Amino acid sequence: MTISIDPQKTNNESLQPKGWLRYFSFSLDHKVIGIQYLVCGFLFYLIGGTLASAIRIELASPMSDFMPRDVYNQVLTLHGTIMIFLWIVPVVNGAFGNYLIPFYVGARDMAFPRLNAVAFWLIPPSGLMLVASYFVEGAAQAGWTAYPPLSITTPQSGQIIWIMSVLLLGGSSIFGGINFIATIIKLRRPELKLMQLPMYCWAMLGTSLLVVLSTPVLAGTLILLSFDIIANTGFFNPVLGGNVVVYQHLFWFYSHPAVYIMVLPAFGLVSEILPVHARKPLFGYTTMVFSIMGIVVLGLVVWAHHMFTSGTPPWMRLFFTIATAFIAVPTGIKFFNWVATLWGGKISINSAMLFSCGFIINFVFGGITGVALAQVPFDIHVHDTYFVVAHFHYIVYGGTVFIIFSSIYHWFPKVTGKMLNEKLGILHFIITFIGFNLCFAPQHWLGLNGMPRRVAEYDPQFQFVNQISSLGALLMAISTIPFLINVFLSMRNGKNAGDNPWNALTPEWLTSSPPPVENWEGEAPLVEEPYGYGKEISEQK
Amino acid sequence: MLNKNFYLILIISLVFAISFWIGFNVNLLPAEASINAPIYDELFKILFIIGLIIFIGMTIAVIYSLFKFRKRNDQIGDGIALEGNLSLEIVWTIIPSIIVLLIGLYSYNIYDRMGGMKELNHNHKMMSSNTEKIWAGISQTSDNEIAINNLSIEVSAMQFAFLFNYPKGNFISGELHVPVDQKVSMKMESKDVIHAFWVPEFRIKQDIIPGQPTILNFTPTKVGKYPIICAELCGPYHGGMRASIIVEEESDYNEWFNKNKKPEVNL
Repeated sequence: MTISIDPQKTNNESLQPKGWLRYFSFSLDHKVIGIQYLVCGFLFYLIGGTLASAIRIELASPMSDFMPRDVYNQVLTLHGTIMIFLWIVPVVNGAFGNYLIPFYVGARDMAFPRLNAVAFWLIPPSGLMLVASYFVEGAAQAGWTAYPPLSITTPQSGQIIWIMSVLLLGGSSIFGGINFIATIIKLRRPELKLMQLPMYCWAMLGTSLLVVLSTPVLAGTLILLSFDIIANTGFFNPVLGGNVVVYQHLFWFYSHPAVYIMVLPAFGLVSEILPVHARKPLFGYTTMVFSIMGIVVLGLVVWAHHMFTSGTPPWMRLFFTIATAFIAVPTGIKFFNWVATLWGGKISINSAMLFSCGFIINFVFGGITGVALAQVPFDIHVHDTYFVVAHFHYIVYGGTVFIIFSSIYHWFPKVTGKMLNEKLGILHFIITFIGFNLCFAPQHWLGLNGMPRRVAEYDPQFQFVNQISSLGALLMAISTIPFLINVFLSMRNGKNAGDNPWNALTPEWLTSSPPPVENWEGEAPLVEEPYGYGKEISEQK
Repeated sequence: MLNKNFYLILIISLVFAISFWIGFNVNLLPAEASINAPIYDELFKILFIIGLIIFIGMTIAVIYSLFKFRKRNDQIGDGIALEGNLSLEIVWTIIPSIIVLLIGLYSYNIYDRMGGMKELNHNHKMMSSNTEKIWAGISQTSDNEIAINNLSIEVSAMQFAFLFNYPKGNFISGELHVPVDQKVSMKMESKDVIHAFWVPEFRIKQDIIPGQPTILNFTPTKVGKYPIICAELCGPYHGGMRASIIVEEESDYNEWFNKNKKPEVNL
């Protein structure tokens, strides 16, 4: 059974704004919602990046001299929360998922267009609320992990606003997850088999399962925490007999899968980008699918590796060590397969390809430190230090954010009908890659040698290395300038892209750029081989 | 073909040689000052070398592909229509699985040597009731050893300081003094929020939790003064929450201990 969804019939067409105004409306078009997610996420990325720069300025000198200490803690809390919940999760899931999934399954919109619009419109108010909490009584200052009892004892209004904001964002994420699962399973063209779908669909299916299974746990936990703060209950408050370690278990039961919610979609996106620019089929489709599902299953049973110093019993440490280390196997398969996809191709070295290759190199590095961190004896020394900060940023910035940029270079022609400037794009890549590695590679050494995370002051012996790191952060901040210039100039004066500038085979390229409201004039094309590069040529000859 | 394999083997041996050279010659860690430290550094070295081999290998593979298989200006059309290679994929599933399993077993062995897998039958009964639940830190000592040495210290952490209670001497110190080469057993509890006790030179860390005492045992091996760092965000002055551990010769320690010792109050 197929359900036909027609947003224009369910909506009075004459009331819908046209042109750029529709991006500020309660639009039901999945493409508009995708762009709303992307632009909104990017604005929060700029805010989160400004906060990151403030942190690096503070850490350029050993003393706490740039901002008051409690403000510093608010800044690091907001930086983490904004980057995770308002930039990476919404963009890599909401933006690209909304734009691409209906194309990939051959549908004209998402399964629940109104829910989709609601999911997006929860984000701007909760984000603004979070930022505005700074002006009330100070924002939350217990870190993005909000461990009690610190989160109970710091000023209440900031923490409560933080909880409300994260609850709204979690709700948005769950709505999105349900929508993606329903769209992929129910709106798929009946002729299209699951194993013919582009890899991003599988990544989003896995991610959405994680979202639906684990986000409610975070929501429940935060509601209990808010009771502790406003109603003096004692779930996590040790003064009233509560247990602080239980909070950590519940929190990480969501927040470790959250890392996969941030990287699995990136794995999907890079699987779309590499074959197009390498002109080769995606290597090992079936093993890629199984490794995504392997990561989903394993990702749910590794959370306590964040708690090796929290006083967990030895058997638990051992189990979580082995489970965590084994995630490296399906992840490793994917990386070997991507390199094999490049091997023997005819690779166009452009911005999208460079950012994807940068992703592979950065993520392999972050993955290796991840396997090391999974080992209890190793983790005990570096837990809660800059080593962990560096590892985490290698995964989410060097990994996911590189893929977000790669995807923007790849799909910008489809969305706008204009090409981005390649010279500015390559400049953007070079500055970002150097800046990123300069910023985060030295932090591994800092952590190993005794600099804990979340500090505003440190030993003078660490000053030189911290300044190198701050210099890298400066380069990362600068790198957004060529990118923004590129986007604005190309939108106005860019070369016309045509429908399919990359000669790609996935369905979104088989329509005009930008695509019409219902994605295709006439019937949707049936793409049974989204990665059939090399085949058609030989058949034609 | 022989030529190609020759270069491949050459490159792989070079990657191994470079990784081993870096692994053995580049020291990224602070001084070793406890029994745990050399054990930790042994694990670190192994992980570092394996990591370097994989990282350098993958980076070379990516950069080589970008150069070797880049599209030349006169080229049109696609690359080879290679959709997978089952035996290759099995190889790069099984080899990483074996590596990961071996690393896991090896780190289990390391953890056991650090005392992490020992039952925590500690000797703090004199300070706490028998029914009290104590959570695990790293254990390096058995009951008897503590009974002989009697170096039990109670640590309490609060915003933003550590206090060290020496029950045997009936006094509290802001600095942790311990004699070299003797096992120290600490029972730690927080008065307010979560803190952590970290001595980088000892390679040990344990959270100090309110409402849940934790235990940490260690044996310093080198005389000197080392920082004790709070590693868990605990409030505005978290970065300044420091103390010192002073490892001394036994005679110096005894002198310090006797100077601070207070007579027991008999009720």
